[in-house]
Amino acid sequence: MSAELTAGVAQVLRRIGGTVTGAVSKLGFVSRFLLAVLWHTPGAFRRMHLTLREIYFAGVLSLVIILMSGLFVGMVLSLQGYETLKRYGAGEQLGILVALSLVRELGPVMSGLLFASRAGSAMTAEIGLMKTTEQLAAMEMMAVDPLARVVAPRFWGGVISMPLLAALFSAFGIFGGYIVGVPLIGIDAGAFWGQMKAGVDFWPDVTNGIIKSFVFGVAVSLIAVFEGYDAKPTAEGVSSATTRTVVMSSLAILALDFVMTVFMFRGASVV
Amino acid sequence: MSLPAKPSSSRTAEAIAACRVDPAAAAVELVDVSFNYDVRPILTGITMTIPRGKIVAIMGASGSGKTTILRLIGGQLRPKSGQVRVGGLSVPDLEPEALYELRRKFGMLFQFGALFTDMSVFENIAFPMREHTELPEELIRDLVLMKLHAVGLRGAAHLMPAELSGGMARRVALARAIALDPMLVMYDEPFAGLDPISLGVVGQLIRRLNDVLSITSVVVTHDVYESLKIVDYLYFVSGGRIVASGTPEEVRASGDPFVRQFIDGAADGPVPFHYPAPVYREELFADVG
Repeated sequence: MSAELTAGVAQVLRRIGGTVTGAVSKLGFVSRFLLAVLWHTPGAFRRMHLTLREIYFAGVLSLVIILMSGLFVGMVLSLQGYETLKRYGAGEQLGILVALSLVRELGPVMSGLLFASRAGSAMTAEIGLMKTTEQLAAMEMMAVDPLARVVAPRFWGGVISMPLLAALFSAFGIFGGYIVGVPLIGIDAGAFWGQMKAGVDFWPDVTNGIIKSFVFGVAVSLIAVFEGYDAKPTAEGVSSATTRTVVMSSLAILALDFVMTVFMFRGASVV
Repeated sequence: MSLPAKPSSSRTAEAIAACRVDPAAAAVELVDVSFNYDVRPILTGITMTIPRGKIVAIMGASGSGKTTILRLIGGQLRPKSGQVRVGGLSVPDLEPEALYELRRKFGMLFQFGALFTDMSVFENIAFPMREHTELPEELIRDLVLMKLHAVGLRGAAHLMPAELSGGMARRVALARAIALDPMLVMYDEPFAGLDPISLGVVGQLIRRLNDVLSITSVVVTHDVYESLKIVDYLYFVSGGRIVASGTPEEVRASGDPFVRQFIDGAADGPVPFHYPAPVYREELFADVG
């Protein structure tokens, strides 16, 4: 084997080793970060006004985009679903189709994606800018732990907001589906609501949707606060961190959704 | 930014006992301190003493390691070797709780103020009081107004940081730094980017507050003229080493080439104008193909 080839192989192996070591190191840092945030959880709830403020910023201020998206997704779902159901003479089943699609999948996933872009990116940018402008360092020098004062309330604000936003997304989606299905297409209102009531169970359908949205809330909030805290203290660093939050949160939501769906609805799909 | 060594900032009796300062010891002492970022040396063999009640300036060009010294004193960084003592306590050896307890005795003014942008001027100054004391809101209000009055900005209490000029923001940050009547105040480039009037105001405030409140001040700066007017002693840092020191009178009379270059503002000297590079002629005529 020539010397150049050996050196080339060694360089490739070094690069792979460096990448793996870096990834493992970052995973360890994220784990320690999560533990530190959980450690400060009692403090975040003891000073509830801090967490409530974050629920307002992450949740209440995301309402417009969540409710409008939910409404339109429900309307489109109703139109597309009716076209398919009609072919099999099952147009009256529209209510159950809309409700199950929203409660099981679209509600948690879509609201998670929207939450990541609207609130997650804002959390990262805010914490990153606080770091860039030395506000976090100033807190440390005032003997105030930024993890307790800044990070933990934002994390829990996101975790609490997410299932509520997903529930509202689904509710407005069902309302959108109703608007298209009943007054526009002309399906009987009793059939729409009756089929829905008969076909959607609180357990597992609604509960699993809530569990999914809670898990997405944890994932998005953790990624958002971590990326902000770990951002390079420059304009470019904050910009990259914000982009990473949206990309990684979206991928995490879709991957976690698949894994959870496999476990949650395995029995139902076989039947 | 790294995580705190232990995720807690709760106040314990052990922590309070562990950071009891020695009243006879110097406010700050650095003994043969060296510090690296990875393998890049930043500080080498720094030894300095900052007596109680004095204003000491640490001067040097940008990137000479001045701010690193402040971070070592504040315990945000740990030295590679040497000792960093505050009030006789070895800062790197303190447990996280004791370090947080010690920081309650510090005030720090950051280069651009580092005011919390989501809080008003009033809230910024009340912040350390609310975090560390159980004082009633009426008393906090009075104390905040007193601190703001001391820096001449009582009328700006309701403003947000975005509404302040650079000089006003620096004064608010100064009021916040002295909010809990600290024993030691550290100033990181307090004069950077200020107009001549604000510069004079901030300089006089540093001197006046130091004397009135009997605190110790460490001023990291490269503003020679303003520093010579207000400080008691100066250290010059270059390339991570102390290259000169003295009282303002000694510095003015100094013939040291580095001190002279700094005071005269000469472009070239011990601190070279050119960053290290190959020979100019050779590089111009080098074969780039």
